[in-house]
Amino acid sequence: MADSGSEDIAVIGNTDLTPSESENNLKNTMVETGTSLLKKMEISVAEAEKRTGKNAVNMQETYTVYLIETRPVDAASEGTNPVPDSLWRRYSEFELLRNYLLVTYPFLVVPPLPEKRAEFVWHKLSADNMDPDFVERRRVGLENFLLRVASHPVLSSDKIFYSFLTEENGWKETVFETGFQAKADSRLKALNATFRVKNPDKRFADMKHYGDELQSVISQLLRVRARAADRLYGVYKVHGNYGRVFSEWSAIEKEMGDGLQSAGHHMDAYAASVDDILEEEEHYADQLKEYLFYADALRAVCRKHELTQYELEMAALDLTSKKQQREELATGTIRTFSLKGMTSKLFGQETPEQREAKLNMLETQIEEGEELVKERNAECDEFVKSAWVDIERFKEQKDHDLREALISYAIMQISMCKKGIQVWNNAKECFSKM
Amino acid sequence: MSAMSAGAPRPLPSSGQKSIQDICHPLSAEESALNPGSAADKDLSLPNGTPVDTSSPASSSSLLNRLQLDDDLDGETRDLFVTVDDPKKHVSTMETYITYRVCTKTTRTEFDLPEYSVRRRYQDFDWLRNKLEESQPTHLIPPLPEKFVMKGVVDRFSEEFVETRRKALDKFLKRVADHPVLSFNEHFNAFLSAKDLNKRQGLALLTKMGESVKYVTGGYKLRARPVEFAAMGDYLDMFTQKLGTIDRIAQRIIKEQSEFLMELREYGPVYSSWSSFEEDLHDPLEGVSGCVSNCSSALEELTEDMSEDFLPVLREYVLYIESMKNVLKKRDQVQAEYETKLEAVVFREDKKTPMPVDVEKCQDRVECFNADLKADWDRWENNKRQDFRQLLTGMADKNIQYYEKCLAAWESLIPLLQDKQEAKGETN
Repeated sequence: MADSGSEDIAVIGNTDLTPSESENNLKNTMVETGTSLLKKMEISVAEAEKRTGKNAVNMQETYTVYLIETRPVDAASEGTNPVPDSLWRRYSEFELLRNYLLVTYPFLVVPPLPEKRAEFVWHKLSADNMDPDFVERRRVGLENFLLRVASHPVLSSDKIFYSFLTEENGWKETVFETGFQAKADSRLKALNATFRVKNPDKRFADMKHYGDELQSVISQLLRVRARAADRLYGVYKVHGNYGRVFSEWSAIEKEMGDGLQSAGHHMDAYAASVDDILEEEEHYADQLKEYLFYADALRAVCRKHELTQYELEMAALDLTSKKQQREELATGTIRTFSLKGMTSKLFGQETPEQREAKLNMLETQIEEGEELVKERNAECDEFVKSAWVDIERFKEQKDHDLREALISYAIMQISMCKKGIQVWNNAKECFSKM
Repeated sequence: MSAMSAGAPRPLPSSGQKSIQDICHPLSAEESALNPGSAADKDLSLPNGTPVDTSSPASSSSLLNRLQLDDDLDGETRDLFVTVDDPKKHVSTMETYITYRVCTKTTRTEFDLPEYSVRRRYQDFDWLRNKLEESQPTHLIPPLPEKFVMKGVVDRFSEEFVETRRKALDKFLKRVADHPVLSFNEHFNAFLSAKDLNKRQGLALLTKMGESVKYVTGGYKLRARPVEFAAMGDYLDMFTQKLGTIDRIAQRIIKEQSEFLMELREYGPVYSSWSSFEEDLHDPLEGVSGCVSNCSSALEELTEDMSEDFLPVLREYVLYIESMKNVLKKRDQVQAEYETKLEAVVFREDKKTPMPVDVEKCQDRVECFNADLKADWDRWENNKRQDFRQLLTGMADKNIQYYEKCLAAWESLIPLLQDKQEAKGETN
């Protein structure tokens, strides 16, 4: 089921399904195929390791590799619990996988990778790529990426993705054999060129606008949060100084000494507690960051839609002009000033044979053009349909994920408050004994 | 703090130009002879300036008597209660100033009435403190708040400033009222009870005491402080250092908190602007925004409490230590004077002749001073312990309250965040 589903999906842009059929198809894949890979297979990025090796230009380089473990779900549920299959991948290979997915499925909101370099971090956090904390957070992020793809109704059935998980050697070659690179290059050129669509689809225009807004608000949120984290860190850590001064002060006091001394310990504990708090908060920031990058993926789909629409419009324009030429040739009237008109005036009328040949050529061109417009139209329709289904799916996922993220953020804040109350209660007890 | 009080300070209830007649300042009234011929005529032979011929329990000035008084105080048998409240702004063409109401309740026979209520301004407190310092040189006089706190930066008529000062003045009077010797000082009595405070009445005394002070600070070099007073000095130096550190830490925390507050003030609204273009997430995001705003208010309160309640107490103690150091210095001078005189006598006379009277007087003076100082020191230590216990538990309480407010805000947010999901779960 999964295999045949993937075949269908991979060529979805070219199949001639009726709208209702294709919708059914997508809905089905969303429910069944979508979860099938995760139903069949447990996926995890178990660990990260630092390696040193020679790169393409024979230069020594240090890089991190991530261990991907997969295990059949059936085996686990049967209690045999076999040793998981595992293989190592570099971040660049993840990037290659994602690029392949982006090109192959232009109508899908492809899950983003975790950031290549740490951004929006508060100053105590290292931005070094080799920093263990950063590597660990990236490991979690990469695992999340794999799970996102594996649970995606369409992407989960991709064969290249499957072999990314299961075939250690030769995977890269397989990817390049798909020829996606060539497609990617021409696509990229087209996307970078400025073009203007005459009749933009309002839904996609709105979605693009939403993507812009989402990206800007999340990046603002992350920026302010990082600054607030810096300050919070300061507030807690400065309290740690009380620990030292209370301890020194207790040395010159008689009755007050013990209370001061132990209160000082609680202040030390208070100062230390901020490390855990901010580490937890970093997880929340990572959740937001995923959606910051998701916003970009969403915008990419909208831009690709524009491109498809643009290609359709260009084909239609070309067809119209061909038709006009034919009309001019047939009626002999020249409606617009043209080079042809000039030449005919200067050098006299063409022979009927020449005209006939030209008309015939135009006729074939128009036929081809009509075919192309039809094709582009279908392509565009197909794109809109599949893209919209995925965008709807994405919206639902986003609402759910962010709500969950907010809930866990609130729970985190609650535990921080409780910790604060506890530490200050302990300190208060010491103070009151003074 | 500056971030906190960004808004215009709330004006104090002002008497305004018109009602200045209603609130008659004590100093503006006509002079009235108070305790005629009191201070100037006193026999100042006793170094601690305790009037010998009054009926004050401290008059005997004996150590034993003083110790008994201390015991009384510990037994909470207080008979003099003073509070400073109700600051009022007075505006006249000449100047603008604040007066505070000073209320007294007492059963002491030195007072004609059981209750008094007078209005005093800062310079009256200043006058009282000078009088106390002059007339009780052997005693530790509690400090007044500084006359100008951050001149130009702080609005002297803002409610915050006046309230902080009121608290400090209240503390000052309470400390004097609880003191077994100072509370019987006639100037204190006049300050509490006289409808009109005649400040000139103390002028004669001032000149006399001025001489005495000059005499004391006349430049005798002390050979060695007795161990126990040396220990006091060392302790005060250390304690000043620690207080300075604590003050810096507290200020730094307030600064970090203010900056944290500024970030939170920006952080909350971002959620709000996010909510504006979300459908399903509108309420949760709006909720988080409101919650962050509640936490910001709680933080602002905490920071204000810390800068208005915590810092002034530290500052008072810094001044208190200064007063204590002054008394220690005066004691050293008295002892140095005695030592110099004694040395001269020993050098000059043979051992058969009895000690001259003035040298013996000097010795008495040193002993008296030492006894007064020791009693004041113990009292100060006791006060300090209580004050810091209160101050630090207060700080803990404020922090607990802050976290409790935040906790309540976040806890009440959880149902809002889960709300839609449950509703959805039901419809599905």
